[in-house]
Amino acid sequence: MTQARPSEDQILAWLDQVPDPEIPAISLVDLGIIRAVTWAGDTLEVTVTPTYSGCPATSVINMEIERALRENGIASLTLKRQLAPPWTTDWLSEKGRAKLEAYGIAPPQPAGGPERCPHCGAAEVERISQFGSTPCKAQWRCTACREPFDYFKCI
Amino acid sequence: MTAPAACPDPALFEFCLRMGDNTLVLGHRVSEWCGHAPVIEEDIALANTALDLIGQTQLWLGLAGEVEGAGRSADDLAFLRDAWDFRNLLLVERPNRDFGHTLLRQCLFDAWHLEMLTALCGSSEPRVSEISQKAVKEVSYHLERSADTVIGLGDGTPESHARMQDALDRLWPYVGEAFLPDAIDAEVAARGIAPDPASLRAGFDARIGAILAEATLSLPDSRFAHQGGKTGVRHTEDLGHMLATMQFLQRAYPGATW
Repeated sequence: MTQARPSEDQILAWLDQVPDPEIPAISLVDLGIIRAVTWAGDTLEVTVTPTYSGCPATSVINMEIERALRENGIASLTLKRQLAPPWTTDWLSEKGRAKLEAYGIAPPQPAGGPERCPHCGAAEVERISQFGSTPCKAQWRCTACREPFDYFKCI
Repeated sequence: MTAPAACPDPALFEFCLRMGDNTLVLGHRVSEWCGHAPVIEEDIALANTALDLIGQTQLWLGLAGEVEGAGRSADDLAFLRDAWDFRNLLLVERPNRDFGHTLLRQCLFDAWHLEMLTALCGSSEPRVSEISQKAVKEVSYHLERSADTVIGLGDGTPESHARMQDALDRLWPYVGEAFLPDAIDAEVAARGIAPDPASLRAGFDARIGAILAEATLSLPDSRFAHQGGKTGVRHTEDLGHMLATMQFLQRAYPGATW
């Protein structure tokens, strides 16, 4: 019983290695959906919040969390869904925002649109569609380099 | 459906069915566009909207099943009830017709939905409040898009304007039902679970009035309202046809899983 349980920081570090299934450039921790990891006796409880109610990646995300933790020797764990407070793009990590942009997805901005083109950096951008390839993205285009790109919606 | 005699809280159960059946039926209707929209961006937007609505359905019908306490899951409620057990507004079961009609129906629903969810964030029932806090963000976004499209098409070409006015004339008699209270509404309002539906009318009228004015569309004078959807007493025949498609697999192969 004296065997040390992995610390919560250690567990978060492991989860930071798990890529988002739809946007593999960032981790589940970067996405801000891991709300808590706590020990209840010998059982690890991981609290996860969905990005969008109907995001089809949710069940894959839960499987990936479980797989990653079991691979690191966590034998007993439960996943808890937490709806409130609702997920917001404010919870994206700084590291995650930088990785998104390097990957070609403009990170969310409070102004409601991308600050610049993630390809060429020009500020001349226009919206193509309010929705994109996943529930969390919209389609924009750069009028300088003419390339379309995904924008991570700000919610 | 009337809740089974053993249901500990029939009014809350009914209320959750009303919310979840609205999002389920509209979500399915909107998903009928998948692969058929006029341009790919709109196809994707429609599919994303449907996805949000189906996701919200899982939350509402999941809660309904929990409140009922009879062991029924969200899927059981979605796929194993017949038309008279559905509690959605007649508005959302109306067929899609053309793209403009679909987006006008969406805009009318979104404007009501946003008023409703905003009020429900302050619900005395924590589970209702939590679902609403989540859904209200998605629905604000839906309204932004449906309103933009209604304005673009209403204030567009003579052809698009005529189609949008026709859609408004056809759909308007299905709007009033959302604001007419019954005994269940009175009970959940008295308990602080949900607002009195009539109290949402002024906010809705202001919102829709501004959108339609910008869209150069004329609001029909009549306030006549078809009723019978949210009580389940008299759905339109279109709901049955929709359920026949939506529920086919579970009816033909009971218990089939993915």
